[in-house]
Amino acid sequence: MALFDKHALLEKHSMLLTVGILVVVAIGGIIEIAPLFYLSNTIERVNGMRPYTPLELAGREIYVREGCYVCHSQMVRPLRDEVERYGHYSLAAESMYDHPFQWGSKRTGPDLARVGGKYSDEWHMDHMRDPRSVVPESIMPPYTFMVDRPLDFSQVQQTMQAMRLVGVPYTDAMIENAEYDLLAQANPDFYPNSGDYDGALVDRYTEASGREGTVTVRAFDGDAENITEMDAMIAYLQMLGTLVDFETYEADSLQNRR
Amino acid sequence: MSEHDKDVDAATGVETTGHEWDGIRELNNPLPRWWLYIFYITIVWAVVYWIFMPAWPALPGMGTNTPGIRNHSDRALVAESIDALRSARAENGAALIEASVEDILADQDLRQFAMAAGESAFGDNCATCHGAGGRGAPGYPTLADDVWLWGGGLDEIQHTITYGVRQENMESRFSMMPAFGRDQVLSAEEITNVAHYVRTLSGLEEPSDASIAGQEVFEWNCVACHGEAGTGDQFQGAPDLTDRDWLYGSDMATVQATIYNPRNSAMPAWGERLDETTVKALAVYVYALSGSEG
Repeated sequence: MALFDKHALLEKHSMLLTVGILVVVAIGGIIEIAPLFYLSNTIERVNGMRPYTPLELAGREIYVREGCYVCHSQMVRPLRDEVERYGHYSLAAESMYDHPFQWGSKRTGPDLARVGGKYSDEWHMDHMRDPRSVVPESIMPPYTFMVDRPLDFSQVQQTMQAMRLVGVPYTDAMIENAEYDLLAQANPDFYPNSGDYDGALVDRYTEASGREGTVTVRAFDGDAENITEMDAMIAYLQMLGTLVDFETYEADSLQNRR
Repeated sequence: MSEHDKDVDAATGVETTGHEWDGIRELNNPLPRWWLYIFYITIVWAVVYWIFMPAWPALPGMGTNTPGIRNHSDRALVAESIDALRSARAENGAALIEASVEDILADQDLRQFAMAAGESAFGDNCATCHGAGGRGAPGYPTLADDVWLWGGGLDEIQHTITYGVRQENMESRFSMMPAFGRDQVLSAEEITNVAHYVRTLSGLEEPSDASIAGQEVFEWNCVACHGEAGTGDQFQGAPDLTDRDWLYGSDMATVQATIYNPRNSAMPAWGERLDETTVKALAVYVYALSGSEG
């Protein structure tokens, strides 16, 4: 017990004690967190995931800015009632390009993890402008200003670079063409003289996804001329939860068990 | 610490820890036994948990965590309970997919099943736009009446729900009213005149010089879809203009706005999201809301 008798040393040196506490407390964290970085089943192997397009990313920034996550989660839990209502439970892979993730457990409004394609663009317009015009019992605040406020995308390239820094696989071409891609996605006629250009956006992100039909080009707010915050917001909402191809997803494989 | 340096406090008769800070010594009272035993039980519980449940993460190269002898998986459990739900519904569901209106009317069980499934699916998926009970809103058709854009028979309703309106799939309901004003097909005056004429069709206003001038515009531009008498065409989803039911509103400004730049609104293709039984149940529910094929 010679070592045990030396505890007076720790108790009489505050810095030594602090370091000692840190080491002991870190053991739990290291055992719980560190393996997630090397375990192969931390993130499922899925087909279809791709980074957000610049317009969707701008919409996501607005989603975060407006604090939508305060009332809406983006995580369908593996429970029968949730799967019945919202669709397939969320996979870790589906938020692997989310920085920060939007999971949440506070649901004043419904979960939005699979809201993409569930309602029409017009509905999102009406609902964001005046939620009670379409859902009388709703307590969501109106976001009327998004309809007219031009989208400020001067920093979209920097945002993408920051995302790349934390591991989102944006290619050089994606970052270089970010502003063109953003304009092209919200306006089908953005390049009236060379048809292959808005194809470039679709090609780039379809290639990243490995799956057809994950990139849509249209005037999300019904007005192709002006790119507003509403365009970005609807573009983001309409792709949520639509990327992963669940027909090829093997829920039963040992990799994907949780 | 060994026996010989035991230091007993005189006042309480309790052993001390043997430490001394500026003359102050600390009593070494034992922990309450109940607390201590619960603490030991939690340690035993943790070991039992490691054995039965997924617990230890793998070391590098080992692939996955320890599965535990119960082989527990939340995801497997939810898959099981969804399967159980599906099979509980399977018999009625299979019958429902095949059933005609007469079959459903004749079979009370089937009707109850379809209405219950339809009502709950409607509440989450459809009421958001069409309103609770299908009461509709400007731009979102009322389903609880006998006015139909694309047909109110069970099969037509089912088709519309499955493939949606103005969606990209080949079977989708599709029509596109031209933007007579925005694309400069008609002048502002012609639009005003034809709007007056359209409003006379349903008796909202009396015929006037403007509406008589508008009739000619109507005959040149509108009859191909809305019909000579303006009664519409469900095959093209062209609304009946002679009734008092309006999708976007019947006042002069709204009618003009619709002619100038029509909204051509869309409905998602629910066949891509909901299973066949649910779609059929929804069709039955919507059919029952209306009570008439119009």
